[in-house]
Amino acid sequence: MKKVIAVLLAVAMLLAFAACGDKKPLDSAEPTTGAAETPVAAGVALEDLKVGFIFLHDENSTYDLNFINAAKAAAAQLGLSDDQIILKTNINEDQACYDTAEDLVDQGCNIIFADSFGHEDFLIESAKNHPDVVYAHATGTKAHTEGLDNFHNAFASIYEGRYLAGIAAGLKLNEMIDAGEFTADEAKIGYVGAFTYAEVMSGYTSFFLGVRSVCPTATMEVTFTGSWYDETAEKEGANKLIADGCKLISQHADSMGAPTACETAGVPNVSYNGSTIAACPNTFIVSSRIDWTPYFVYLINSVVNGTEIDKDWTGDLATGSVVLTDINEAVAAPGTAEAIEAAKAKLESGELHVFDTATFTVNGEAIDSYLADVDTDADYTPDTEVITDGYFNESAFRSAPYFDVEIDGITLLDRNYG
Amino acid sequence: MADTALKEKKVHEPLFHIVKRSGLIWYKAWLIRIFAIIAALIVCALVTMMLAHQNPIKVYQTMLSGAFGTQRRIWILLQSLAMLLCVSLAVTPAFKMRFWNIGGEGQVLIGGLATAACMIVLGGKLPNALLLVVMVIASMAAGAIWAMIPAVFKAKWNTNETLFTLMMNYVGIQLVSYFSMVWEARKGSGQIGIINQDTKYGWMPVLGNYDYLLNIIIVAVITVLMYVYLKYSKHGYEIAVVGESQNTARYIGVNVKKVIIRTMLLSGAVCGIAGFLLVSGTNHTINTTTADNRGFTAIMVSWLAKFNPLFMVLTSFLLVFLQCGANEISTKFGLNKSFSDILTGIILFFIIGCEFFINYQIKFRHSHKEVQ
Repeated sequence: MKKVIAVLLAVAMLLAFAACGDKKPLDSAEPTTGAAETPVAAGVALEDLKVGFIFLHDENSTYDLNFINAAKAAAAQLGLSDDQIILKTNINEDQACYDTAEDLVDQGCNIIFADSFGHEDFLIESAKNHPDVVYAHATGTKAHTEGLDNFHNAFASIYEGRYLAGIAAGLKLNEMIDAGEFTADEAKIGYVGAFTYAEVMSGYTSFFLGVRSVCPTATMEVTFTGSWYDETAEKEGANKLIADGCKLISQHADSMGAPTACETAGVPNVSYNGSTIAACPNTFIVSSRIDWTPYFVYLINSVVNGTEIDKDWTGDLATGSVVLTDINEAVAAPGTAEAIEAAKAKLESGELHVFDTATFTVNGEAIDSYLADVDTDADYTPDTEVITDGYFNESAFRSAPYFDVEIDGITLLDRNYG
Repeated sequence: MADTALKEKKVHEPLFHIVKRSGLIWYKAWLIRIFAIIAALIVCALVTMMLAHQNPIKVYQTMLSGAFGTQRRIWILLQSLAMLLCVSLAVTPAFKMRFWNIGGEGQVLIGGLATAACMIVLGGKLPNALLLVVMVIASMAAGAIWAMIPAVFKAKWNTNETLFTLMMNYVGIQLVSYFSMVWEARKGSGQIGIINQDTKYGWMPVLGNYDYLLNIIIVAVITVLMYVYLKYSKHGYEIAVVGESQNTARYIGVNVKKVIIRTMLLSGAVCGIAGFLLVSGTNHTINTTTADNRGFTAIMVSWLAKFNPLFMVLTSFLLVFLQCGANEISTKFGLNKSFSDILTGIILFFIIGCEFFINYQIKFRHSHKEVQ
């Protein structure tokens, strides 16, 4: 009898498949009804707008939390109601991203945003199906070459934030040198990175240049974890650097691994993505982060007004996309806030450039020309001259970073991950 | 006479004791299961009201809409069901043999890795139909080899297969990690991205406009084949005997070592197919989350269905439904994923727990006396 029921149920399942098969195709290009298909050029009334967000993890990851908070802040700023934003968390970087994007279109979203690098290809596949829905993707590299009108990339000139945070770190080193804790020649900092990827390399190099702008004898060691989120590996990486004689640590990976290792060891830390002062009151100095709220507001306003959206949007200090958290006065050197303000004004006015070729050398020589791999291809072919007017022009030719130069003064302890 | 009466008085009879049922009529077993599900839903409702302050009816409605709300969601549900079922079918022969293969995750990943390797290395160099055949063979071979290594060690040196297969998972994950960097799309990113996105070399064909239909049909066929194999073939009988008692198996002339290795080869090969379906038929990429813990969830699917491939359709449906519904709950109510995990946990607890009442009967002291 059990067998009979099992067979019946199995047959029922198969019939269900067949029944679904009679209905209209899923990926039909024909327009479906609903607000989603309103042409962008005409604009969409704010009250009819729906925005879908795709996040790799949930609020337990500092990286995703930063996006989630920005999405909520942008909605609040523009007066969107709760059911006008849909937040999808824990979406893997595979077909799940495509399915989720399609499901968001089904729910009437006019704008779909995804926050993780690996989402890009799958988002593009969905964007091809729905030319009237606006797709935006953070940290991606393909919008300017893909030839899709409705697919956009965005990033921010976070290297400027890293540079400013580096100034805080450099001043702290100076303070410790003055206090006689170590000599100027021993001023070595450590950095825990995820991959030997341009975004990370751009980050640690700008941080290092910020440090060296106030502490000229500083050197840096970098170790990589091979993961964007691996608390144990990040902690071990920081411990290794501290054991190696690093006097101050910063990181580009998304867990609390490095900051907590610093707090335990009593080594000052410059953080990323947000303040870690609650967990690390005795070592946290300052943190740089990207505030995505201005981009979300820009994106939504563009759709409402029917105006064109940049293929590559790069937020900066002026748009309020690159921000520093409050400085922890208990740890930071005196005068840090003033020094950061002064440098910030110079960066904004264009008087100062982070990657000024006069401030660094490669293999002992200054560089005056560099071809970067801006247009994505399988062989990573360098294609664009990125040194203009005496500085490496980061995030100008596409929003995602492409600075991957290894400059003198920085030692990579391992290079397995790239 | 008086002595025995005294003794009887002194013997403490427990309030209740547990008796094995000799066999329960099928509808009574199903009544117990349905009762368990209702009880689980009530407990979930209480938890929802007390912890999350939400209307449980609305939460259940959201679950249903998350799983069946639109045509697309039904397809996604069926696709997830097919993938979980495929891995579950793969591990079942091993479990029926009482060989604790918890290496499904690694076997799926290695099968997927072999598939991805063929797509990347051979894409455009072979006619697409031939390429697909090569990919299927490569993925089955890779999965089979991954499963055979612990099987040979078990058969020859009686090593612990639980630990061995578990460890093989991590080796598989690290290999995928390594090749993600070898084949990364953008230097340093550690991400392969969609393989052959423009040319679609090595992509499984799409039937009509239904992205996942072919996957689903393939798994349906594997389900029937596995059912027949386990139920009616000589191999299936040998697996059952080895599972019941290896000594009996030896006594009736079954070559136990051979059966162990052969069954694990089959188990691994079907895992390899699952990897192929995930890479060539679904994601068109590979990363360490491609198997998405299905290798472990499959163990539950297989055991809940008592290793019957047809019942496994039901049990994998249950798990996939809970997962789809839970995801929608976390979106709609802004609740963390942990909350939906709690609900899933409660429901599974009741469903697994009710098997106890199907297999055993509780006799209370009072009723016991009446029976006497």
